[in-house]
Amino acid sequence: MALLEQDYLILEALQGGLPLVAEPYKVIADQLGMEEAFVLERLNDLLDNGTLKRFGVIVRHHELGYRCNGMCVWEIPIERIDEIGHAFSQYDFVTLCYERNKCFPDWPYNLFCMIHAKDRTHVLQHVDQLVRENDLADVKRDILFSTRRFKQRGARYNDCRPADVASLQRAAQ
Amino acid sequence: MAFSLLIVRTRSACKMMDEIDKHLLNDFQRGFPLCSRPYLEVANRLGIDEDEVIDRLSRLKDSGHVSRIGAIVKPGSIGASTLAALQVDEDKIEQVAAYINARDDVNHNYLREHDYNMWFVLNTSSKAALDRAVQEIEEATGLQVLVLRMLKDFHLDLGFDLKWHS
Repeated sequence: MALLEQDYLILEALQGGLPLVAEPYKVIADQLGMEEAFVLERLNDLLDNGTLKRFGVIVRHHELGYRCNGMCVWEIPIERIDEIGHAFSQYDFVTLCYERNKCFPDWPYNLFCMIHAKDRTHVLQHVDQLVRENDLADVKRDILFSTRRFKQRGARYNDCRPADVASLQRAAQ
Repeated sequence: MAFSLLIVRTRSACKMMDEIDKHLLNDFQRGFPLCSRPYLEVANRLGIDEDEVIDRLSRLKDSGHVSRIGAIVKPGSIGASTLAALQVDEDKIEQVAAYINARDDVNHNYLREHDYNMWFVLNTSSKAALDRAVQEIEEATGLQVLVLRMLKDFHLDLGFDLKWHS
């Protein structure tokens, strides 16, 4: 799944969002000195090969009434992690589901899922459902409710092109 | 008082949103048209004009309901990123948050209820740059960073069903 040099430029140009004009891909293409057809072809390929999970409207949960977000963390036995990870991803209230490294002594949890809901009660109900339907009553878990959102934006991919990474690494040496 | 004002404002914002807005928000989170006139295609599917689609999306962006029309990159496919957390004393929260938020390599930062109370995502160009960023943060804050790297991404991300009718 090697990315082309141009892919980084296209994704970088899209960071602020697709322009809201009649021919937005042409605007991006013109900015980058590329053909519109090429930009469209690359976005198609990046979706096909899984580099992009999706392309479309990115909503802000909080502003749409899903004001509560609970990061639920679980200490799943390693032999069940794939089963549970895949199972959790099927629930429509789960918006992220990752396996992460444990970090002893403070952090025994290896599975993370984000639950967005209208309030705390709903998050707790969803967690109960996950426990019940996946036989997790004995699994250590915690829910970290967010109390303030300091910053939320898309990732920036400036300096991520292979050429930039190489030059940054040289500069750091 | 401030709380009730907030509720009023939220309600009026919701009132201004009609069925077409709801479709715009819910139905185009993936598979956004990849063609010369994508908003025209959206317009045709909703039975409105291209200009109206553009106007409505601009308004939804201004009101904060839409972050952007864009790509969700599969974690790990570009650069290096990690979830990270800090245990920040109550009286230092504003100061540490200001520092973390100002970093260009941070794209999310939330306060959460836990001993580890500040949770952020770091995105850098490479593993080496990520290690440097963690070190910088530790030096600047005098706190140890809990680094929780992603090992596996289970979620397909088909968008978020807003369930308008439930």
